[in-house]
Amino acid sequence: MLGHRLSEWCGHGPILEEDIALANVSLDLIGQATLYLHLAGEVEAKGRNEDALAYFREAVEFRNVQMVELPKGDFAFTIVRQFFFDVYNYHLSEQLAKSSSVELAGIAAKGYKEARYHLRHSSEWVQRLGDGTEESHARAQKAVNDLWRFTGEMFMSDEVDQRLKTGGIGADLDAIRQKWSAIVGDVLTRATLSVPTDTFMLAGGRQGRHTEYLGHMLSEMQIVARSHPGAEW
Amino acid sequence: MPTKEAILEILAQVKDPELPVIDIVELGIVRDVVFEGEQVRVDVTPTYSGCPAMEVIEREIVETLESHGFADVTVRSVFNPAWTTDWISAETKEKLREYGIAPPGAVARSESAEDLVTIRRARSAIECPYCGSSDTEEKSEFGSTACKAIHFCRSCRQPFDYFKSF
Repeated sequence: MLGHRLSEWCGHGPILEEDIALANVSLDLIGQATLYLHLAGEVEAKGRNEDALAYFREAVEFRNVQMVELPKGDFAFTIVRQFFFDVYNYHLSEQLAKSSSVELAGIAAKGYKEARYHLRHSSEWVQRLGDGTEESHARAQKAVNDLWRFTGEMFMSDEVDQRLKTGGIGADLDAIRQKWSAIVGDVLTRATLSVPTDTFMLAGGRQGRHTEYLGHMLSEMQIVARSHPGAEW
Repeated sequence: MPTKEAILEILAQVKDPELPVIDIVELGIVRDVVFEGEQVRVDVTPTYSGCPAMEVIEREIVETLESHGFADVTVRSVFNPAWTTDWISAETKEKLREYGIAPPGAVARSESAEDLVTIRRARSAIECPYCGSSDTEEKSEFGSTACKAIHFCRSCRQPFDYFKSF
């Protein structure tokens, strides 16, 4: 989801280097998603591969958190969202790299190496925008405020998450939340941005309840595969 | 029965499509060659998760071995341990430099998340592949492919690619 949203910047980046950077991060995330979905298809054992899972599921069947499906917004919105996600992905893949599932651990170990430079990139920009001009500061603060209520969902765990954690396969989302809050608080403060107080957190993406934006995004993301089923390119 | 070394010698004909000066064995992505009856299985590990060159490479592995008489070739992706530029030999790094790409240095020890998010971190100077000067700067950590960054040499006024240590 986020890889697709980032790809929408291709050809529209504010500067050439950023255009290339966002496309690179996009490619990494789509690559990671491909590997995770491939593994999910194998575990499910119903003959669905990564393409079937990405291109032939309906919106209600997607399990992503709502934050990543929101439209890309302006550059500040894209960067702040990326930063919130990168801190999460960094800690999540660090933990999953130690999973008792060898396949999952292998994919996560590679994702962890990539998440490191993703985080370096987005955190630097948060500081430049927040501590930049009046305009960049205002836009970054608005992005932080608008996105905050979507961040809680990343750490909510259900029965399946609990079982995976107990079995040594999944991650400890509570521990990740603590680390996430510390890093995010530190970087926002350095960026002269204020950290919102936790109030109501939106959720539901992991149960298939999504924002109105997901359907629109999927219609664009899935149209080629659905118009030409079985096509290879 | 051919030896593993013989297969690796054949696989050295498969070049990285993005860096035609080095082959996939030198790049360190061929992890193993296994014979199962008449079948040859080549284990490869991806460089970056989303590297589009991987698909081309897998196809070329099959085609190249087929052209040498191996009818039943499979390519398997392995992820553990994750690929690192430390697997590229000194000779291969020299080839990259001659090609105009600054080769990767040793991979730094793992930084903590706190180290990653500081904007004032130390950035190591990468030696210019053209003039050898260390008076260079990083322009962007992201370049024309996932594995490269864009640097600029202040001495010879040339932008150049740096093969990131990873």
